[in-house]
Amino acid sequence: MTRTMVLWCPDWSVTAGMLELADSDGAVDGALDANALDTSAPAAVLANNVVTVCNAAARSEGVRRGQRRRDAQARCPDVVLLPASPDRDARWFEPVLAAVEELRPGVAPLRPGLLAVPAPGRYFARRGLDGEEAAAAVLAEHLARAGVWDSRFGAADDLYTAERAARQAPPQGCVSIPSGDSAEFLRGLPVTVLADDGPEGAELADLLRRLGLVLLADFARLGAGDVANRFGSYGSDVWRRVQGREVTRLASRTPPPELACEISFEPPLDSAEAVTFSVRTTAERFVAGLAERQLVATSVRIEAEFESALGGEGVSTRTWLHPRCFTSRDLVDRVHWQLQAGMATSGLRSRKSTGETITSAVTLVRFLPDVVEPAGDHAEGLWGGGAEEQVVRGVARVQAMVGYDAVRVPVLQGGRGAADRQALVPWGERPVGLRPLERPWPGRIPGPAPSRVFAAPLEAEVVDEASVAVAVTARGVVTGEPWRMRIGRHWCPIASWAGPWPVDEGWWLSAGSAGSAGAGRAARFQVVGVDGRAWLLRWRSPGSWEVEAAYD
Amino acid sequence: MFEHGEVSIRPLETTELADPRTVVDQLRGRIQALEGGPTRLSVPMSPALAGLVRVRTGGVYGVDSATLGLALAAGASQAGEWVGFAGWDDFGAEAAQQQGIVLGRTVLVPSPGEHWLEVTAALVDVLKVVVLRPPGGVDAKSASVLEARLRARSSVLVVQGEWPRCDARISAERVEWEGIGHGRGRLRERRAALVVRGGRGMPVRAEVAL
Repeated sequence: MTRTMVLWCPDWSVTAGMLELADSDGAVDGALDANALDTSAPAAVLANNVVTVCNAAARSEGVRRGQRRRDAQARCPDVVLLPASPDRDARWFEPVLAAVEELRPGVAPLRPGLLAVPAPGRYFARRGLDGEEAAAAVLAEHLARAGVWDSRFGAADDLYTAERAARQAPPQGCVSIPSGDSAEFLRGLPVTVLADDGPEGAELADLLRRLGLVLLADFARLGAGDVANRFGSYGSDVWRRVQGREVTRLASRTPPPELACEISFEPPLDSAEAVTFSVRTTAERFVAGLAERQLVATSVRIEAEFESALGGEGVSTRTWLHPRCFTSRDLVDRVHWQLQAGMATSGLRSRKSTGETITSAVTLVRFLPDVVEPAGDHAEGLWGGGAEEQVVRGVARVQAMVGYDAVRVPVLQGGRGAADRQALVPWGERPVGLRPLERPWPGRIPGPAPSRVFAAPLEAEVVDEASVAVAVTARGVVTGEPWRMRIGRHWCPIASWAGPWPVDEGWWLSAGSAGSAGAGRAARFQVVGVDGRAWLLRWRSPGSWEVEAAYD
Repeated sequence: MFEHGEVSIRPLETTELADPRTVVDQLRGRIQALEGGPTRLSVPMSPALAGLVRVRTGGVYGVDSATLGLALAAGASQAGEWVGFAGWDDFGAEAAQQQGIVLGRTVLVPSPGEHWLEVTAALVDVLKVVVLRPPGGVDAKSASVLEARLRARSSVLVVQGEWPRCDARISAERVEWEGIGHGRGRLRERRAALVVRGGRGMPVRAEVAL
C-alpha cells in the first residue's frame, strides 16, 4: 500500500508576498532566493482589512488571524502589510513544485503552500531513521538550497492524515504516522485543528468547542446519525475520517510536456550550411513532437549559441512568425537565414544582420515553440493547395539566393501619404503593427493611386512664373501659381496641377525621435507636366519640395 | 466615394466568359499541349487591353510604363494565377490593387541587384506572369536563356525597359489626364493612346482609359 507524504510551507501567502516584494525591489533576480530577504521581519497578509495570514515574527508581537488592520498595526507598528493575492501565492509556489519534482516525480499540488507526493519507500532508510524521515530530510535540504527555509513534512496512509501530521511537525522535520494508526492519531488532536480547513472548519471547531468537545476523539464518540443531522456534510466527512473509514488518495500532476528541442555540436560547426544540414532531424523531431499533441507552431524562437571571439559564449535569438504554420523545412530555412547573417566563412554574401551577429563556430541550436495552435485549425483543404506549395518552394529558392528579406509581399494599410498606405512584408512573415485601413484618414488624396511609390522621396523644386519658390501658408493657401518644376536635374513646365492637400502630422514628436522624419506641416500636390507625366509632390515646412510618387 | 464605384467594377468584368472565341482558343491550346505540340496558351487579359494585345505563354512583352506592366499582369492575377515583380523598388501596392492585381498572390523582389537573371529565372519557374525591370542593358545570351525557360515553364515575361527580342512592345504615344485643372480638381482618369508593335505586321493603335 502506497503511503502519502505532505509538504507544508507555513504562512505561504506571507512568504510569497515577501518574495514578490523583494523581487520587485530588484533584490532578487528572478530566482527563488530568500537569502536576500529579511524573513524575520513581521509581516501579515490582509484581505478586506482583516489579517488572514501572518508569520511567526508577527505572531510573537501579538498579531493574530482575524485581526483588523488597525489592531495589527497597534500591536506591531513595523508589521509589513501585504495584499491578499491567490495568483501570487500560486505563482511563487511553482518553483517549489519544480524543486520537489526534481527529486520525486508525481507531485500533487493541493493549494499554494501545500503539496503531496507518494511517500518514498524504505529504500531511503538509514540506521536509526526510517525511510520517510530520511527522505523528508533530503527534500528539506534540497528546498533550503532552493531558498525555502520553512518546510514541514508529514507521512501517513492517507492524504488527510498526512496533512494533519505535517502541521504538527517542527520546521524541516517530519511526523510519520505508522501504517494503520491514522484514525488514532487524528483522534488525539484538539478540535481547533479543523480551523486550518477554511471557514467551514473554523465554524465547526468553534461549535464543537462550545459544545464542550475538546479532542476529536470526543467528536468520534458521537453517533453517525446524530453527526449527519447536526453537523452537515462537512461534519460527517470529518467524523468518517476520525473513525478511520474514509481514505483520500492523492492525484498526482503530470509534468508539463517538454516541447523544445535542441541539438549541440561537438566539435562546434563554423559554416551555416553544415549547421543547417545537421539541424534537419532536430527540426523534424520538434514538429513531430508538436504533432503528437495535435499542435502546430505558428511562432518559434530559435536560439543559436556560439563561441564568442573573446572566449566566452554568445547567443543569437530570434522569434520567427509564420503566416500559416511551421514545417520542419521552414524551420531549417529559418536557421539558415539566422546564421548566414554573420558567418564570414560560409561563403554567402553578408546581409543585413538580424539580432546579434554570429561571428564564430556554433555549439548549439535550440527550437522553442512561442505560439502553438491546434493542428485542426491549420489543416490543408481537402483538395490541397498544390500550386501554392510549388510557389512557396520556388520563392524559398529565391530567398536562398538573395536573402530572406529581399522577397516581399505587398500589403495595404491605412495612412495619408502614398508610401504610408502600403507595407512590404518579408515573404513568410506575418504582417504586424499595420495601421487600420477602414478609418477615414482625412487629408489623403482620393482617386487613382500612384503606380510608383518611391521608398526614399526624390528631391524637387517648384517655382512660379517669376521663378520664386512656391510655398504654402499656415492657412493652406498657395503663395504663387506653380509654373515650372524640377525633378532630379530636369526642368519641366507644369501643364496642370491640383492641391494643396494640407496635413499636419506628428507635430507632437520631438525632432530626432522615432518617426519624426515625416512629422510637421506639409501639403501634397498633384502636378502634370507638359509631357503628360503626373507626379505626387509634397511641400514641407519650412520650404522644401520632394517627389513622393509618380503616376507612371 | 465616387471613385470606389469606378474601381470596383473592373474585377467583375474580367470574370465573365463573354467571348466564346477565347474559350475555344484556350481549349485548342490545351488540346495542343496534350498532343505535345507548341504550348502557346493565351493568358487572360484585363478588359482595358483585352482586344488590343494577345499575350501567350512563353512570350516576352515590352512595356514602357509601370501602369502598363501592372495592367498586363492583372488579368492573370484575377484568374487565380500568381504574379511576380522583380526589380520594382517603387512598387505601388494600392495602384496594383486598383488595376486588379490580387496582392495576396503577388511576389515582390524589390532589388535583386546583380542576381536579377537568376532571380527572374527562379520566379518564372513557379509564377505565371513575371514583370521585370532589368537593371541595365541585357545581352542576347541571357535573354535567350530566359526565353527558353519561359517556353519550358509556360510563363509570360513582361519587361519594362530594354530587351533584345519582344513578341510585342506596348507603349503609350500620348497621355492625357482628366479631372485636373489649375489649382482645382484632381487626377481622375488617364487616357492613353497606345501603340502595339508586334513582330510582323502593322502597329496597332488604340485609345484606352488606364
